[in-house]
Amino acid sequence: MTNGTTSAAIQKLHFYQKGTFTVGNRLVSEADRSVQASIDRSNALTCGHRACQGCGEALGARYALDAALRAAGGNLIAVNATGCLEVFTTPYPETSWQIPWIHSLFGNAAAVATGVAAAMRVKGRPEIRVVAQGGDGGTTDIGFGCLSGMFERNDDVLYICYDNEAYMNTGVQRSSATPPAARTATTPAVGPQPGNVFGTGKSVPKIAVAHGIPFVATATVADLHDLERKVVKAMGIHGARYLHIHVPCPLGWGSASQDTIRLAQLAVECGMFPVFEAEHGVVTGRRKIRRRVPVEDYLKPQRRFAHLFTTEEGRKCISQLQAMADRNIAEYRLFDWEGDVE
Amino acid sequence: MQRQSRDLFDVSTIPDDLAPIATVLSGMLPGDWRSMRPLIDRLKCVKCGLCWLYCPVQCVVEKPRWFDFDLAVCKGCGVCAQECPHRAILMVEEMGR
Repeated sequence: MTNGTTSAAIQKLHFYQKGTFTVGNRLVSEADRSVQASIDRSNALTCGHRACQGCGEALGARYALDAALRAAGGNLIAVNATGCLEVFTTPYPETSWQIPWIHSLFGNAAAVATGVAAAMRVKGRPEIRVVAQGGDGGTTDIGFGCLSGMFERNDDVLYICYDNEAYMNTGVQRSSATPPAARTATTPAVGPQPGNVFGTGKSVPKIAVAHGIPFVATATVADLHDLERKVVKAMGIHGARYLHIHVPCPLGWGSASQDTIRLAQLAVECGMFPVFEAEHGVVTGRRKIRRRVPVEDYLKPQRRFAHLFTTEEGRKCISQLQAMADRNIAEYRLFDWEGDVE
Repeated sequence: MQRQSRDLFDVSTIPDDLAPIATVLSGMLPGDWRSMRPLIDRLKCVKCGLCWLYCPVQCVVEKPRWFDFDLAVCKGCGVCAQECPHRAILMVEEMGR
C-alpha cells in the first residue's frame, strides 16, 4: 500500500479489474488524478457536438486528439476525411474542434495531411505536427490509395482510423472493414450465407504493417490508457504512422447505447479485434486476453448479428466467426499463458 | 434547441475568396435528447473516475466526494451506469426539470 497510514479511520481500499485500471483514482497521488479542470488537460473536441448517444467515435476521437495535442505541445493540425466524425462535429458554420482542423474530400485526407506537413516543413515550422483522421469507409475503401501513398512516401503524418465497421453516417452500408455475417443495408440477412459474405474485406492494420512504416497500432475505446499511450508513442516518432481504433456504433450495430464500452471490451476478449502494435513491419507488442470469451457473447448484444441466432445457417456462420477469432488469437499470440507474458 | 455558442473570431476579417470556414464554436447543449437521466448514489461513489473517463460527452463533473453530471450536456446514453464498478449510478426516467 502506498498511503502508509495505520489509523483506524483509514478508508477501505477497493481494487478494480476493469480494463487497465487496476487501482481506483483515489489511490493515485494527487498529481496523477484525473481532474477535469486541470489546466494541462487539453480539450480538442468540445461537448457541443451532435454524435448519437453512446458514440464510441466521439470518445475515441477526443482521447486520441487530446493525447496528440499534449504530445505535440499544442502544435497540432488535424485533417479529417468525410464521415460521421466530420459531419457531427462541423455543421457549417459551427465547429466543435478547438484545434486547427481542415476537411477536404472523402478520399483524400491522407494526401491533404501530406500537403499540410510539407507546407509546414517548407515554412520552417517542423514543430507543428499533423494528424489525419477518418472513418473506416474513408480509410479502407475510398481513401485507400492516398493512404497507401502516404505510407509509401513515409510522410510525417499520424493517420488515425476510427473503425465502426460500416458507413454509419449514410445509413449503415457495408465497407471493407465490415465483419463477415454482419447485416447492413447492402448485405441483407437472406439466403444461404446471410449478411456480409465470408472471405471479403481487408485488414488495413496488416497492410500498414506490410508497408514497413515506423509505427502501426490498433487500439480500442475500452482501454483508453492504452490508446493514449499509443498516440503519445506515435507522436514521438517522425514518419508515417497508423493507428486503427475500434469504436462501437450503437446506431449501426443495433446495440444499446450503454453497451458501447462493454462491446469494445468483448471484441478484444473474444479475439475478433486483435490489439497489437508494430514497428518497421515487425509486431512488437500485443494486448493479451485476460479472460477469453466465446464470440457469441460479443455477437449477442448486437442486432446486426441477430439473424445468426435464429437459423441453422446462422449457427454455421457463428462457428466460422469463432474460427476467425481463433485464427487471430493464434496469429498474434493473444492467449498463450505458457509463453512470454507481456 | 438550447445553445451556448460563441464566436471564434471577428467574422468581418475573413477575406471573400476564402474556402468555407467555421466561425462559431459549437456549444449545443444536447441535454434535451435525454430519455434516461443518471442518478448518483453519493455514498457508493468511491471516485474511481471510470464514469469521467468513459463519458462520450464529458458531462461528468467532479465534486469533493463524488462525481456528478452536467445535465445540460448529458445525452443519457448510460455508459457511466454500465461501467461503474460499484453500481453507484442508476438510470432513471427523465421526467423533465
